Formats: sequence, structure tokens, C-alpha cells
Amino acid sequence: MLELRDIHARYGAVRVLHGISLEVRQGELVAIVGANGAGKSTTLSAVTGVVKPNAGEIVFKGEPIAGLPPEAIVRKGIAMVPENRDIFSALTVEQNLRLGAYIRRDRGEYLRDLDEMFALFPILADRRTQAAGTMSGGEQQQLAIARALMSHPQLLILDEPSLGLSPKLVEQVFALVQRLHGQGMTILLVEQNVAQALNIADRAYLIRMGRVEAAGTPQELRRTVDVESAYLGAAMADAAIGRESMK
Amino acid sequence: MSEAFGFIVSALSLGSMYALMALGLVLIYGILKLVNFAYGELIMVAGYTLYLLNGSPLPWLVMGFCAILAAIVASVLTEYIAFRPIRDKSLTAMLITSFAVSTLFQNAALLLISPRSRVVPLPDIFSQSIAVGNVLIQMRDIMAVVVTFVLLGALTLLLNRTVLGIALRAAADNMRMTRMLGVPANLLISMAFAISGLLAGTVALFWLGRTASVTPGIGLEPLIVAFVATVLGGLNSLVGAVVGGYVLALMTVGINTFLPQDLVDYRQAFTFALVILVLLFRPEGLISSKIGTGNRP
Repeated sequence: MLELRDIHARYGAVRVLHGISLEVRQGELVAIVGANGAGKSTTLSAVTGVVKPNAGEIVFKGEPIAGLPPEAIVRKGIAMVPENRDIFSALTVEQNLRLGAYIRRDRGEYLRDLDEMFALFPILADRRTQAAGTMSGGEQQQLAIARALMSHPQLLILDEPSLGLSPKLVEQVFALVQRLHGQGMTILLVEQNVAQALNIADRAYLIRMGRVEAAGTPQELRRTVDVESAYLGAAMADAAIGRESMK
Repeated sequence: MSEAFGFIVSALSLGSMYALMALGLVLIYGILKLVNFAYGELIMVAGYTLYLLNGSPLPWLVMGFCAILAAIVASVLTEYIAFRPIRDKSLTAMLITSFAVSTLFQNAALLLISPRSRVVPLPDIFSQSIAVGNVLIQMRDIMAVVVTFVLLGALTLLLNRTVLGIALRAAADNMRMTRMLGVPANLLISMAFAISGLLAGTVALFWLGRTASVTPGIGLEPLIVAFVATVLGGLNSLVGAVVGGYVLALMTVGINTFLPQDLVDYRQAFTFALVILVLLFRPEGLISSKIGTGNRP
């Protein structure tokens, strides 16, 4: 369904991706794991059109999409739940969802989808007219996912959905992702929480310093590489940040 | 009592013009993070449109609409021709471009029309007034307030009830995410400039109504006023722009009214001193960021 072929990309003068190739097939849940700064988010940015790749091809449903602007990519059927959620905090919950359905013009369908989201995320129904920024992190994450689903995506991309959530909420988010996958949704998931991501993924890619270091089923990945050590860089960086913020 | 009424009407009418101008500035700032210094020239464009239509058989109301339309077209075209090509480059480039556009407009007026002021046609009602007690209230002031309230009401509906309006607010918060939901950036930016032009064009009618004339440099004062009002109210808030406009007008009219006669020449200094004082205690402006980024780590 989605295929990246030898994608190179840079942020300003810094080269971040050095030839990423990966594939997501219909109905799959594919995880991208790797340390902080490995290029996971940049890979997603290239797919969603936020970053234009310098070289390489991105093909979605047989159509090249590399270099298209973000507003065109979502119309092709790719929806994004970004890192930090990026909900519109001054808008109400319902207005956030309305914008999620921006590319869908049918009012009746919109109202039906809205009810569906409120059934899936009851807390959002309670908070319907509340400013989204006043909600807790977990609630905001649910809103970000619901907002992405409102566009009826064929491919759902989640960037670090567990970031900044309590362990209990992390469980909930992973359960939700698994449930969506069970309903047939194709999902591309980026996570630093390697263990959890490998538990629910069909296949996974390990990215390190802008390259695909390993790929395969979670079992293969666990067997062939020391995933934990690849992840250690991130863990140490996180610890350093943690110490820094303790001061 | 009627003096108090006169004072309130003066402050409200001046505040209405300030508020609309400030709102137009903040709309653009919210979405592009650009302070559009070519914004005052929209008033000039509306003014010269009225001047050029002077003597035509059109009723004044039609001329007024043409003037507003000219401001809208000038605003949208400015964005399309001057800002869009360099939008992805840098904010500084856009800022300097806005100065260039401002100079270009002014010089075009100097060259093509005249450096001297030109008379603009006004409707009769602008020079009429009604007596409240022993104070004369200008009809023009009352109309400015009424038109502003109608416009603010319409804008509130647009920004809260329509999808594009909601998208405009969303883009002021996070343009990248708004685009990822499928809202085209160019559409939003064009819309912001169109609304901004509408506001400036409307203000122009009442601003020019005070002197019934237009000069190439007419845009400078309303631009500065709008800029000060936005800083006062908070650059990230639409409500702040409106509040800032009315507060600034209240200060200005208050100083004009209560300052001893021999100090009136320094009234601007007093106004700005008051503004500085407010900002010392509320550096974020009176209304702190309502549409700002609330969910960043």
C-alpha cells in the first residue's frame, strides 16, 4: 500500500535520512523503532509531505506522492497523529473533529462519523463543547486519534502516541491501536517504546542514524539484533534529559 | 451627563476604527507570523478609489462598496504577488517585503495622482449630527460604532461556525497540522488577507470621513495605531486586538479631554507613556495568548 524507496532527506544543512526503504502492506500494523534522532519522525514527515525528500520515491496505492504538499497527501488517504498530538487547544473538541473531516464534504456523513467517534471515545462526547487545550494528555491523545480517523484514512500514521502518558494510559493507547488494527485499519506506528510496539506489530523496522538497520517480524527483529542496545542510545539520552530537568 | 455620553461615543467610535485595524493586523500575524507594514496603504487605496469615483453618477453607497472592494483586491494581490513567492524563505524577507510594498504603493500614489491631498466624496449623513442635551453627537461616529459591531458579530460567526473560519483559527495555532488535515495553506492565507482588506476598507470610509481628504501617506497613522493596539491587547489574540483597540482609544480620548490646555500638544507622549506602563505590568498584552500553542512540551 505504501512504499518508500531509498528516501534521502535533510533538515536545513543536516542530512537526516540516508536512503530509507520500507513497505506497509494493506491491513498491516508496521512499527518503526529506533533511538532519539534516528530519523523516525523525519521519515514520517516525508510521507505526510511536511519534509520534501531530496531523493527517492514514495508510492502510495501505486501512485507517486513524494513532494506533494500535506493538504494533498491527506486527500490520498493518509492521516497523521503527530508527535505531541498537535490538537488545536483553543478550539472545542467538536471543532477539532470537524477539521479532521475537512476533506469530507457530506454533512450527513460527518454527523454519523461524529457519533461513531463519540461512541469509540466516550470522554470526547462529555467534553464536546470544551476547549481541547483544557483536557488531560490522555484525553488529548484520544482526540488526536479521533481527529485523524474523521478523514476516513486508508493508512493511519501514529508518531509516538505513548509519549508523555502515564503507564496506564500507554496501555490504553496500545490497546486502542491494536483494536483499530483488528478492525482492518492499516497502521504505521513510530515508537520509542520498543517492547510494546513489537508486541502489537506485524512487522517492524529498526532505524539507526538515518538508515534501516534491520527489518522483519518482531520475532526476527528480537532474534537478529539486540533491539534493546539499539534503543539504549535513546534511553540514555532520555535519562540525561531527565537529570537535566531535575536540576 | 450628556458630556459623559459624548465622551463615550467619541471613545467608542475611535476605538471601533482602532479595533478593526488591529484585528486585520492580528489576523495576518496569526497565520503568517508577519506584521504587515503595507497594511496602512489599504486605507490609501480605498481613499483614492473614492477620489477617482468622485463626480460619477453612482450613489455614495456604491462608491463606498467599490472602495472596500479595492482594499480587498489590493490586500489579496499583495499577498499573491509579493508575499507568496518568498513565504518559505524567511520571516525577515517577508517583513522587509512588506515595507517595500508600502513604499511602492505610496510612490505610485505620489507619481500617478499627486503628493497633495485630494478630496473624497462623503455622504451627507457624515456631516450631520444630533444634539443630546447640550452636546452634539456626530452621526458619523454613531455609524462607525454600529458598522463595527455588525462586522465584529459577523466575524465571530465566521470564525466559530463555519469550517473555513474554524480552520483559520486552527492555522493561527498550528499551520502545519491544519494543512495535514487537508486545508490548503494558500486558501487560508488568501482568506486572511481578504478579511484584512475588508476591515481596512471599512475603516477607511470612517477614517477619511474625518477630514474628507486622502494623501499618499494617509496609511501611516492608522498602521501605527493598529500596531500599538495589537501590542497592547496581545499579538496572539483576536479578542486582544479588539480590546486593545478600544482601550487605546479610551486612553487617547481621555487624555484629549482631561489634559490641561497647555499640555495638549504632548498628548501622544502621554498616550504612549500609558501604553508603556500597561506593558510593564502585562508584557504579554492585556489578553494573553488565546490562539497560541498550548500543547507544546
